[in-house]
Amino acid sequence: MLAISLTHYVVLSALLFSIGLFGVLTKRNAVAVLICIELMLNAVNINLVAFSKYVTPTDFIGQIFSIFVITVAAAEVGVGLAIIIAIYRNRLSVNLDDFDWLKW
Amino acid sequence: METSIYTVVAFYGLALTILGAATLVVFARNIVHSVLFLALTFIAMAGLFLTLDADFIAAVQVLVYAGAVCIMVVFGIMLIQRADMKATNLFNRQLFTGGGVVALVVALCAVFAGRTAWAEMVAAEAVPEGTVQFIGALLMSKYVIPFEVAALLLLVALIGAIVLARDEEVKADAGD
Amino acid sequence: MLVEFALYHAWLVPLLPALAFGVIVFLTRPWPKLSAIVAVGSMAVACFFATLAAYGVFTNHEFVEKPLVYATRWFSLGLPGMPEVQIDVGVQLDPTSAMMLFMVSFIATFIFLYSIGYMEGDPGFSVFFSYLSLFGASMLLLVISSNLLQMFVAWGLVGLCSYLLIGFYSHKISAREAAKKAFVTCRVADFGLLLGLLALQIVFGTLNLTELSEKIAHFEEYTTFGMLTLIAVLVFIGPIGKSGQFPLHVWLPDAMEGPTPVSALIHAATMVVAGVYLVGRTLFLFHEVPSAMQLVAVTGGFTALFAATIAITQREIKRILAYSTVSQLGYMMLALGVGSLTASMFHLWTHAFFKALMFLGAGSVLHALHHKADVWEMGGLYKKMPITTWTFVIGGLAIAGIPPFAGFWSKDEILVATLSEGHYVLFAVGAFTAFLTAFYMWRMIFLAFFGEEKPENHPHESPWTMTVPLVVLAVGALGAGWVGTPWHNVWAEWIFFGHPHHGPVNYGAMLLSIVLAAAGIYLAYMLYLKDAKKKRARRLAEWFGPVYRMLYNKYYIDELYLWFNHALVDGTARLMYLFDIYVVDGIVNGIGGFAKLSGDGLRVFQSGRLQNYALIFFLGVLAVAVLMAFTGPSAASLVLGGVK
Repeated sequence: MLAISLTHYVVLSALLFSIGLFGVLTKRNAVAVLICIELMLNAVNINLVAFSKYVTPTDFIGQIFSIFVITVAAAEVGVGLAIIIAIYRNRLSVNLDDFDWLKW
Repeated sequence: METSIYTVVAFYGLALTILGAATLVVFARNIVHSVLFLALTFIAMAGLFLTLDADFIAAVQVLVYAGAVCIMVVFGIMLIQRADMKATNLFNRQLFTGGGVVALVVALCAVFAGRTAWAEMVAAEAVPEGTVQFIGALLMSKYVIPFEVAALLLLVALIGAIVLARDEEVKADAGD
Repeated sequence: MLVEFALYHAWLVPLLPALAFGVIVFLTRPWPKLSAIVAVGSMAVACFFATLAAYGVFTNHEFVEKPLVYATRWFSLGLPGMPEVQIDVGVQLDPTSAMMLFMVSFIATFIFLYSIGYMEGDPGFSVFFSYLSLFGASMLLLVISSNLLQMFVAWGLVGLCSYLLIGFYSHKISAREAAKKAFVTCRVADFGLLLGLLALQIVFGTLNLTELSEKIAHFEEYTTFGMLTLIAVLVFIGPIGKSGQFPLHVWLPDAMEGPTPVSALIHAATMVVAGVYLVGRTLFLFHEVPSAMQLVAVTGGFTALFAATIAITQREIKRILAYSTVSQLGYMMLALGVGSLTASMFHLWTHAFFKALMFLGAGSVLHALHHKADVWEMGGLYKKMPITTWTFVIGGLAIAGIPPFAGFWSKDEILVATLSEGHYVLFAVGAFTAFLTAFYMWRMIFLAFFGEEKPENHPHESPWTMTVPLVVLAVGALGAGWVGTPWHNVWAEWIFFGHPHHGPVNYGAMLLSIVLAAAGIYLAYMLYLKDAKKKRARRLAEWFGPVYRMLYNKYYIDELYLWFNHALVDGTARLMYLFDIYVVDGIVNGIGGFAKLSGDGLRVFQSGRLQNYALIFFLGVLAVAVLMAFTGPSAASLVLGGVK
């Protein structure tokens, strides 16, 4: 019963995703929210690679998609940080509770 | 499918590292600490990918996430947080509602995980040795367009980040 | 040669004033004298052609039975599932229209001439002549119409000109109000006429007068008697308005706000008789429906008496003449109602002369007295204004019915026709009205022209452009009736409906009408001239106080209409207003209020904080996931708006 199966990875991924989501919803610092989004994306990557291994071992679709996810995540961090810096320059704050201008 | 004891130990060790580090990322009160734990999570994740026979992804994970992303975030923090770092990563007012939603997500995932017949999905074959050449061939043939689009995306993100983060005064000077 | 040309180009007659209208409006407007010359000149040439055409008609007996008709297709309208509608525009020349053509253009020429003097120095001189020309064109078009739709168009045009000319002094509120009143009242009536015309077109498939008269003669093939009655009544509503018959007479006295030549031309001699003319033209329709004839006769008789009683007490010179016009129009309708086209058209003909004469005389007086209109403030004008006075007296004798003046013959013709058709009550009404007419007319004449001079007045005789028309029309008022004397009735040989009527000379009726007219004049003389202080007249007014006041206030008809308007129309409007405010607006405001309330409720969710949004978003994701998991993908895709 010590065999590691797909289920293990899926559960791990779900837990990691939940931790990330919790951070996204509850952290005050914009950079922290960005970090937590990375956690969620990583959880997705675990799923993709795990399914690639167990369900379609010879197609590599999951792995290729996880590469794209990593690419997009890198781009997202770059732009996201740039936005945060730009906002910080205007508001001298990275506290998301201060950024309530979506409601006018 | 038989798995060796090392794999089992490795999985549990890595899984605990990932979950623990991730939890610390969220609960650390100092944003720099959060980033350090994030790096730890990423590295452990690379290990996990190795157990999944995805050596190329593991390498990318280390290079991009543990290397590039973490460094970039640290630089970002250094540009933003000037004074005291002690209480830079606090919770906001919706701690408990957020916790509730997350609990719901976990519960739902558990329900779905329980309802899904995972064993039926599993294929018989094993992953071939050395995935890099396969991935390389696929990326240059079947997925060449997404590949190029990803390249374009990175370029746009690069330019966008520069434009967004550029200093206003520098812009004003350039305008003169 | 020339007569032939005029006969077959009668459309030139309305065209010339229409051209004058265009020329004045677009070219000569800055030069008043030139505009006047254009207007008078074109009307004179039109009159020349009209005279030739009339000569052509009245020398050829064929036209009595078979009118000269030539037309061109105006438009035709083919709608699927309906018979094709073909509308012609053309000329129908028969003795009646030829008479009208001559009369209208003749009188119009002299009134145009008169206007040069009357309107001298007015800032709107050119405009006035352009309106007059347009009116002349429309009226002549109406007269020669071979087609009821064409006639209706001209009918509307003369209404428009009437509106423009009544309101000519647009700086006066009363003039504007009067114009509005005239227009609205006539439109009310025109609506009835339009309905009637539509019904005729639908039932008989044509509006050509000649075709209609043939088809209506055996209408049973097309429609029922009830329908025909309805059509006749509807058509008659138009003339009730246009010819000022009771109960739509109210606009005509107010129309005297316009310049006096307008009153003379439009509201005495020509436009107001258009209603009579229309009934005369469509008499073949009324002839088939005895009850409609009855209606025409009773309306006419009642209007004649009704207006005459009002005229007794009025004080303004033009108002008296206006009520007398209403009364005389009632006579014409009465004649039509008893089936005598001859008498009706005869009275129309003579009335045009003497009433135009009297209006122009009144205009001359007003011109001299600087628009002081009350006859009680005049007096002794005969010394300073001999031509005006004596022509006016001729007009007065004519309308009172003293032989050998024109009015006597035509009024006698009407009374005889009424009597010979057996309408004794209407005969009595007509005879009594004749007495009243003589009385109120001579009351006015004695008060205004004779008696003591008022020192505050400085009258003077009018210029030749005004007196020449007076003299010419006085000749007409004297002699126009000689064509229809009972002994040698040339008129009845030409203008009749059905068969020419040759009754024996009724000396009794003739004597009665002379006696009544003389009695009226004598009474007026006793009350208003012999009794210089007018004590008896005042005492009479006191004795009959309530009656006098009722007559002076025109039976309170205007007040009745006003009350009706205020109580009923405004009341309904008020109700509708309340409905609008509380129900319609309530619904609209309610919807708005609902949106506001729900917005107030929902804005709690729009905190503006990103993470809040993310939280709600995830709740939605969870909901969709649950939906997909427990009901299958189709239900979820339904919820998501058909996304597959």
